[in-house]
Amino acid sequence: MGMRKVAVIGAGMTKFVRRAQETPKELSWEAARMALESCELTMDDIQAVCMGTAPDAFDGVHMKGEYLSDGAGAWRKPYLRAFVGGGTGVFTPIQGWYHVASGLFDVVLLVCEEKMSSFYPHAQAAFVTIFDHTTERPLKPNLLWIFAIEMNRYMTAYGINKKDIARVAVQHKQNAANHPCAMLGEADITVDDVLNSEVLAWPVQRLDVSPVSDGAVAIILAAEHVARRLTSKPVWIEGVGWNLDTAYWTNRDLAYPRYVEYAARQAYEMAGIQEPRKEIHIAEPYDPFDYKVLHHLEGLGLAERGKAVDLYLNGTAAPDGDMPVCPSGGLLGVGNPIAAAGLMKIAELFWQLRGEAGARQVPGSPKKGIAQAWGDLMQVGTVVIMGR
Amino acid sequence: MTARIKNFPGVSLSEKDFEEGKILFVHDELKADYAWDTGIGIGAYLAGLKRGVILGVRCGHCRKIVVPPRTVCEWCFHPMDEYVPVKDTGMVNTFSLCYVTWDVKRITEPEIPAVIALDGASALSETSVIMGGIMHKLGEVEPKQVKIGTRVQAVWKPESEREGAITDILYFKPI
Amino acid sequence: MNERVAIVGVGWSGFRPRTPEVSYKELIYEAAVRAYANAGVDPRADVESFVTVAEDFIEGTSIFDEYTPDQLGAALKPVHTITGDGLHGLATAYMLIRSGYCDVVAVEGHSKASNILTHPNIVAYAQDPVLNRPLRLNTHFVAGMEMHRYLFETDTTQEQCALVAVKNRRNALKNPLASYAADLTLEDVLNGAPLAWPLGVRETAEHSDGAVVMVLASEKKAELLAEKPVWIRGIGWCNGSPSLESREWGSVPYLQQAAQMAYQQAGIRNPWNEIDFAEIDDTYAYKELQAMESLGLCDAGQAGALVEEGATEMDGELPVNSSGGSLGVGYMLEATGLMRALEAVLQLRGEAGQHQIEDAGIGLVQSWRGVPTTSGAVAVLSN
Repeated sequence: MGMRKVAVIGAGMTKFVRRAQETPKELSWEAARMALESCELTMDDIQAVCMGTAPDAFDGVHMKGEYLSDGAGAWRKPYLRAFVGGGTGVFTPIQGWYHVASGLFDVVLLVCEEKMSSFYPHAQAAFVTIFDHTTERPLKPNLLWIFAIEMNRYMTAYGINKKDIARVAVQHKQNAANHPCAMLGEADITVDDVLNSEVLAWPVQRLDVSPVSDGAVAIILAAEHVARRLTSKPVWIEGVGWNLDTAYWTNRDLAYPRYVEYAARQAYEMAGIQEPRKEIHIAEPYDPFDYKVLHHLEGLGLAERGKAVDLYLNGTAAPDGDMPVCPSGGLLGVGNPIAAAGLMKIAELFWQLRGEAGARQVPGSPKKGIAQAWGDLMQVGTVVIMGR
Repeated sequence: MTARIKNFPGVSLSEKDFEEGKILFVHDELKADYAWDTGIGIGAYLAGLKRGVILGVRCGHCRKIVVPPRTVCEWCFHPMDEYVPVKDTGMVNTFSLCYVTWDVKRITEPEIPAVIALDGASALSETSVIMGGIMHKLGEVEPKQVKIGTRVQAVWKPESEREGAITDILYFKPI
Repeated sequence: MNERVAIVGVGWSGFRPRTPEVSYKELIYEAAVRAYANAGVDPRADVESFVTVAEDFIEGTSIFDEYTPDQLGAALKPVHTITGDGLHGLATAYMLIRSGYCDVVAVEGHSKASNILTHPNIVAYAQDPVLNRPLRLNTHFVAGMEMHRYLFETDTTQEQCALVAVKNRRNALKNPLASYAADLTLEDVLNGAPLAWPLGVRETAEHSDGAVVMVLASEKKAELLAEKPVWIRGIGWCNGSPSLESREWGSVPYLQQAAQMAYQQAGIRNPWNEIDFAEIDDTYAYKELQAMESLGLCDAGQAGALVEEGATEMDGELPVNSSGGSLGVGYMLEATGLMRALEAVLQLRGEAGQHQIEDAGIGLVQSWRGVPTTSGAVAVLSN
C-alpha cells in the first residue's frame, strides 16, 4: 500500500501490583523514563505522545487524559488519548502507528497507565456505569455478569468443559512466574486449584479471572529512517486492525467474537499474512478471563471455532510449543491494569522478537507475533502484528 | 531488555500500610447526577413497559425485529419506526449464577442474570446472528435448575407500581 | 500516503439549549444522516473508519465508546473514540487518511449538556484530586485567575474583553444555529453579575445541545465525492501543563505551538494577511483575545485594540467568530471544535447564508478543552 514503515524501538514497564504507592502520573513517568532509557532517547527526541488509560471513573478524575499528561511527558507536545475500553492497550500502538505513518511525526511515545486501586472500596463497582443507563443499569449489573454469561454461552455452544478451560489459567500463571513484574506468577498452580477456587459468578471462579492492578507500560515508536539509525534490532508494526461491534450486545450471539475476526482480517491483510496459524510464531491474545483467550484465538483465526482449547491440551500454546500463547503470563499472571496490560503484550512481543525476554524467552528465534485486546460490552477487538 | 533490567519500578502497598497510617490519602465521594433524555425509541420502550408490553422495532429493510427499539437499524442504516409488541415469554440464551453484587458484596443466594431471547422477535439461526434479546434477571427458580434453553416468562410489577422502567419487570421465571 | 485530505460532507442537529425530544443517539443519528447525504456516501459501504470524541463523565457512562457505533452506521467497523475536542477528532481522521490506511473517515462529536445535572461538580473532578479539589472552588476560578493575569501582563482592559461578548452575540443574530444571539451594549455585558472576577457571567459561554458529523476523504476520493471540498491545509495540537501550580497564567504557549504546527503544514507565514476569517475559542470572552495573540494574528496585548477598531467584526479586516462563537451559539462540550469547523466549512463553501463573509478562502479554526485544561488544537482550512 506504500505506507510508511513504523518500528517499535523501546519499551518500559512498572511492576503490576494490587496497590501502588506511586500516583497515576508517577507510574506513567516511571514507564516512560524506562522506555526512553531503553533506546537512549530523551524527552527532547519525542515529537508526540499517545496516552491509553481506561475509564475515568476508576480514578474519579474527569478528563483523566489531561490530568495524566505531564506524567506521560506530554508537556508542550501534541498529545492525544484514544479510548476503546479494554481494547485500549493494544489500540494505543495503533494510534501511535498512524501518528508516524501519517508523516506528521517520526518519534512517538506511547504510555498506558492504570491505577484501579483508587476506586473505593473496589474498582468493580465502577463498572456498573458501563451498562446502558436506561435499559440495564437499573438492574444493578455486576461486571462479572457479562463475562459469566458469555463464558456460559461459549461453553454450551461448543461443548467445552471448565476443566479444560482451567488449563489456560494454569499455563499463564506458570508463565508469569518468570516475569519480574508479575503479580500472580505461580509455578506450582494446578487445574484443581482453579476448579476449587471461590465461585464468583458461575461459571467464573476466582482463578479464572485476572486481578485488579496498578501499573504502567510505555513504548517508543519510530519511522523507518530513525529506527534504523537508533537500533540494529527494530521490531516492525506490520499490521494493525480494530473493530467495534454494536452496543446492543443482547442482540448478538456471544459464542463467537466477530469483531476480533474483522480486526484480525484487517491486520493480516496489511501484514500480507495468508495463513495465520503457520505464519504467527507467538500470540498474545487478551486474557482477562481464561475462556477469553480461547474465544480470541478463534477470532484471530489461530484455532477453529470451539477448538482453541486443544492448543493448550496438546502443548502448542506452551512456551516451548509450536505457537506459544501469552509467554508473558498475560493478564491472568502478570496482572490487569487495563490499558497497561494491553500494552504489556506489545512490550512482550518486542522483547521476545529481539530475543531479550530473559527467562521467558521462547525458543526458535520467533519472527512474527500478534497481540490483541478486547473491550467494551464484549464488543471491540484491537490487533497488532509485529515482526522483525 | 527484561533480561538485563534488574529493578523494575513500582512500590507495592498493603492494607497494613493504610491501617498504620504510613500512607496518606484523600477521600472524595463524587456527585455526578444526570437526567438522560430517553428520546423516541427508548421512550416508546419505557412507555410500553408501563403498560405491561415489551416493544420491539421492525426494520423494513432487513425485516428483523429487535429489542429494545431504536430509530435506526445499525445494520443497514435505514430508519425504523414500526414498533411491534413482542411476547413477554422467551428462552434463556445464556445466564450466570452471580455470588457478588454490583458493588462486590458477597451473597449466598446468587443473582441470576440472563440474556433472554424474546418470542416474537428475531431469533438466532443458521443464517442470522441477530436476535431480539434483552438482559434481565431470573427468579422463582432453583439456581442449579436453570439451563440454556429454559423457557421463561416475565413477572411484572403490579400495574399501579409500574413507572416506565426496565425494573417494571421484576424478573423472568421458568414456565 | 495520501498528502491531501478534504472535508467532503457535514451534518448537524440540535443546536439548542435543550433537546428533550431525542436521546443522544437520536441526536447523533440526525447529524450523521445529514453528513452522509451531504457527502453522498453510504456509511455501511463507503466509510472505512469512524472517530468519535467524548468524555465519560460528561456522558454519565463509563467506557462511553461502547455506545458510539450504531447511530453512525459504524457497527462492526473500525471505530475509536478520542477523549478530546472535535478538532482532535479531525486531526485523528486526518492522520488515518494521510497514512494511506483509509480513504474515507467520519468524525462525530456531540453535546447533551442539558442532561448533566451537576456539571460544576463534574468539571471540578478535572482538578487535581489531591492538591486542588479539596479547596472546593468552582472551576471557573481558573479562568478568572488566567484572565486577571492576562489583563495584567498585556494591559488589555475589561472593556475590551466585554466587547468580544458584544460582537459575538450580535454576530449570532444572523446565524440560525445560534442559541444565545443578543444585541447587547458594552454596559449590558459589564453590568452582568461577576462570576470569577474579573470574569463576568455575560462573558462566559452557556451550554448548548447538538451533534456534528463530518466526512473526510483523501484527495482522490474527494474529487469524486465533493463539488466543493474543503481542504485541511494544516492541523496542530498541543498540551501545556495540567498543573495549576506550574503553568503560565498570562499566555498560552501550548496554543502557539499548536498553531506553529498547523501553519507549518499549511505554509502560512503571516497569519493576519493570509487568513480570511477565524473561528476561535471564546468559551470566556477574554480567551478570544488571548487566542488571537497566541495564534499570531497580532502581537501580545494588541488583540483588544483590534476588537475596539472593529477589525474582527463580520465586515472587518479579519472577521473573528462570525458564527457567534461559543458565546453566541452556545458551548458544546467536546463538539465545540467541530461546531467551529462546521462554520468554517459553510463559509468556505459559500453556504453561510446571512453571515457569509465575502471571499472566504482560508479559515482558521481553534479550540480549547476548557478549564482546568491546557489543551489546544488549531486547524487551517481552505476551499
